[in-house]
Amino acid sequence: MAKAVIIGPGNIGTDLLYKALRSEHIEVVWSIGVVESSDGLRIAREHGVKTSHQGLEAVLDEVIADGVTIAFDATSAKYHPRHNELLTARGVRMIDLTPAAIGPYCIPPVNLEEHVDAPNVNMVTCGGQATIPMVAAVSRVQTVKYGEIVATVSSRSIGPGTRSNIDEFTRTTRAGIEAVGGARTGKAIIVINPAEPPIIMRDTIHCLTEDEPDQEAITASIHDMVREVQTYVPGYTLKNGPVFDGHRVTVWMEVEGLGDYLPKYAGNLDIMTSAALKTAELLAMRGLA
Amino acid sequence: MGVVIHEMSLRDGMHPKRHQISIEEMVSVASALDAAGVPLIEVTHGDGLGGASVNYGFPAHSDEEYLRAVVPKMKQARISALTLPGIGTVEDLRMAVDCGVQCIRVATHCTEADVAVQHIGISRELGAETVGFLMMAHMVTPEELVKQAKIMEDFGAEILYCTDSAGFMLPNDVTARIGALRSELRPETRIGFHGHHNLAMGVANSLAAIEAGADRIDSSCAGLGAGAGNTPTEVLVAVLDRMGVDTGIDLYGVMDVAEDLIVPMMEQPVRIDRDALILGYAGVYSSFLLFAQRAGAKYGVSSRDILVEMGRMKTVGGQEDLIEDVAMQLAKASS
Repeated sequence: MAKAVIIGPGNIGTDLLYKALRSEHIEVVWSIGVVESSDGLRIAREHGVKTSHQGLEAVLDEVIADGVTIAFDATSAKYHPRHNELLTARGVRMIDLTPAAIGPYCIPPVNLEEHVDAPNVNMVTCGGQATIPMVAAVSRVQTVKYGEIVATVSSRSIGPGTRSNIDEFTRTTRAGIEAVGGARTGKAIIVINPAEPPIIMRDTIHCLTEDEPDQEAITASIHDMVREVQTYVPGYTLKNGPVFDGHRVTVWMEVEGLGDYLPKYAGNLDIMTSAALKTAELLAMRGLA
Repeated sequence: MGVVIHEMSLRDGMHPKRHQISIEEMVSVASALDAAGVPLIEVTHGDGLGGASVNYGFPAHSDEEYLRAVVPKMKQARISALTLPGIGTVEDLRMAVDCGVQCIRVATHCTEADVAVQHIGISRELGAETVGFLMMAHMVTPEELVKQAKIMEDFGAEILYCTDSAGFMLPNDVTARIGALRSELRPETRIGFHGHHNLAMGVANSLAAIEAGADRIDSSCAGLGAGAGNTPTEVLVAVLDRMGVDTGIDLYGVMDVAEDLIVPMMEQPVRIDRDALILGYAGVYSSFLLFAQRAGAKYGVSSRDILVEMGRMKTVGGQEDLIEDVAMQLAKASS
């Protein structure tokens, strides 16, 4: 078991903790926040995880002494660079769940193997994890000149970090669509829906192919990719499509979570945390962390 | 008391035009509005800055091309730009101000004001007049709308809008919301109303808004806008003129813009057809209209049924992507 720290015990950090508790390869030994009354820190303590509400620097030596080799940063792009600097200097592998993106983007079924040696990998965004595999499923068949995604999430699943910097979501997701999805140009749109009961995360992916789309090959590739993602997010479902309309290829996805921390509607949390955990588990299994 | 009329035909009017208004049309309409004394004209993609997409439609020209063509031609009118955080970015906003846009309107769903913090902050920093635009405002109580408006006011918005994106409100709904905003927001904060004419309430709702304390009203010549269109500018100006409310606008000037320039541009009549009526009746986002009609035709299902289903799913502005999905599901269910 590789020992890990979670920095940022908010929605993402706490959902990740629940998933890591079931992992055969990752043991979370520290959870670090900045708010003493945090629900996430309370939950961590209840599961026997050491906690601090004074930030990483206050307990860094202890964390290292406890043998931590993997860090999950679920704070924000603003704080990530400092956390990265402190931890990678001590040989801790950093898995970045913020939009800071210091390290390469990692979408497990597309490019995890390429980045096993990177000291820091970035998990793009929830919308990126949910949609970039579909863009890649098309672009591995033929050239995608434009890839566009619309991620619609329930209001309850979007925390203050994302809300205070919504552009980071669109910018980072767009960059991931291009760099990992393989679209020549990308665009990302996020819509927040406040309906009660909350809606399950929905993602629509539009690709414009350079040439006439090879319908059979693209359809097969999409179905294969859906199965790949389902190995770590069972609620990743193709609702409709692919629809072919000229050079447009569109698929409609739904992402239902496991309901670990937030209820099942918040599949956007699960796809982030599951991708991060899958990445950490691979590092642990390879003895890289 | 005077009222500032904010012209929508070159932004909301992009919806019924499938965002295909030419540069020449933009310039000629804006110039005629300017000459008629319209003080404020919005120019962008129908879904705001950065709206160019598969999802909402690619426009004939980029926002920047439209703005660079229109702004220098204005003698007295100021140009505004709309932006929806989640679609348009702060870079788009900087571009717009660089083009000479003097008023930025930051739009969110009526419960999600806090996603506007960056855009409102940067808009103020750049010196643009900054508006918070709370869409689909019929979906919340006046008290909740006030709470959300205060969030935007705290971020720096100087004008707060009650936006009836679905054309669902009746005059009493407008009175309650505008009245609550007027009594709870800072006295220096101004209040605006944006209506859609889906239940033919555009003018009546605008009057209710003015009566309750709004002094900024959105309208569009010949009503060119999403759904059954916006409050028709020429009608509103005529009514306000009769009431002795000063708009500074030449009535005949906007009547002629509507008749001679806008109506000939229409690809289909902008009117209360059964789909537009259902938008207003069921409280559905007005820009869904043409998407539902196209998807209905493609999959052989009723566009009215698609819109009702979109309403039942409590969709919000921006969820155009689900319309084709819903059409396919309805087609499957009926086969």
